[in-house]
Amino acid sequence: MTTSTPETVRPGITAGRGAEHTAILGIGGYRPSRVVTNAEICEYIDSSDEWIRTRSGIIERRWALPHETVQMMSVAAARKALMRAGIEAAQVDCVIVATVSHLMQTPAVAPLISDELGATPAAAFDISAACAGFCFGVSMASDMIRCGSAKHVLVIGVERLSDITDVTDRGTAFIFADGAGAAVVGPSPTEGIGPVVWGADGSRYDLIRQKQPWKDVLESAEPSMPHLRMDGNPVFRWASFEMAKVAAEALDKAGVSPDDLDVFLPHQANMRIIDAMARTLRLPERVVIARDIAYQGNTSAASIPLATEALLEAGQAKSGDLALFVAFGAGLAYAAQVVRLP
Amino acid sequence: MASTEEIRSGLADIVNEVAGIPADDVQLDKSFTDDLDVDSLSMVEVVVAAEEKFGVKIPDDEVKNLKTVGDAVAYIENAQGS
Repeated sequence: MTTSTPETVRPGITAGRGAEHTAILGIGGYRPSRVVTNAEICEYIDSSDEWIRTRSGIIERRWALPHETVQMMSVAAARKALMRAGIEAAQVDCVIVATVSHLMQTPAVAPLISDELGATPAAAFDISAACAGFCFGVSMASDMIRCGSAKHVLVIGVERLSDITDVTDRGTAFIFADGAGAAVVGPSPTEGIGPVVWGADGSRYDLIRQKQPWKDVLESAEPSMPHLRMDGNPVFRWASFEMAKVAAEALDKAGVSPDDLDVFLPHQANMRIIDAMARTLRLPERVVIARDIAYQGNTSAASIPLATEALLEAGQAKSGDLALFVAFGAGLAYAAQVVRLP
Repeated sequence: MASTEEIRSGLADIVNEVAGIPADDVQLDKSFTDDLDVDSLSMVEVVVAAEEKFGVKIPDDEVKNLKTVGDAVAYIENAQGS
């Protein structure tokens, strides 16, 4: 046995040290080229333009063409975000891709995207948090930068939900869509990303999910794509009311009152959820509410960055505005944070 | 505990606020979907507001059984009594 003397104390580990403040430095999106109208959806399901509009607020949505892959859409969105942030791909230390529709079990798509952008050898990985994925990614990126594990992180939300949507399912065929959105997160002289309020509720795992596990698909006599299934009304209830509380908590944690807020940027799940949340939150009239879903559909992890870009490009929101993100979906996973728009 | 009429009238105010239907139309024999044009999503909003107003729990599984205003009033009365 050795006794502890000053000579035998082992060398310690130096702690990482990062930036005091972080912010989203640039945002970019990619909308696939194929416009799918409600009339086309009604060729697949017994419904009507009016029914779809009143139940979801969706007038048309974007579905990807074969060449508009998860990788291709991500790279296009990321290039815009990098350019707007004034950051070179080589300055990116980590690439986080939030997606549930990259149909390759392993490896993740993030290293491919990173390499095509010119960010190799940045750390690169995918996260599976469904519609909440982008907000999970922003929170993780911000924490990495604060701790010194990375200086600039690229967060991408990307989906080709049309690949995993059953176009004959009356409950979901009209909702889901495709697209990509990206954000560059980095150090900032002032605080640009508030504390995250996040969580997951596995007791409600079944409400939104792939119809069958892959093993069951492969063992069935006629294997077919296990499409997404959603139990709409309980999801509507959870999202409209419980998520409004999560959003309110994110405002509170950031020390931002509803009167200080400029933009409400909820996940574009359904216009009825957006309306119900806005009512529950009692947002002041002047707060701009993102309603990108009308012409884009529900793009899961891509919806918040796409909606953010649309408001900035239309001049409805401006750089420096305080925005409230709240995202929620399969898991059930959810996350909310207040950010300053780039 | 509220009377049947108090619950009906309170529920009518909620239906009016959520779906814009005149409160006087919200009578016990009326079907939410067929007579009042309250769709399934508005029904969820009505239920959540009713839970708050009357201090009861109405689980997701029960909502589809509440076809008429009378069904909802009876459910709330029972839930308050238990």
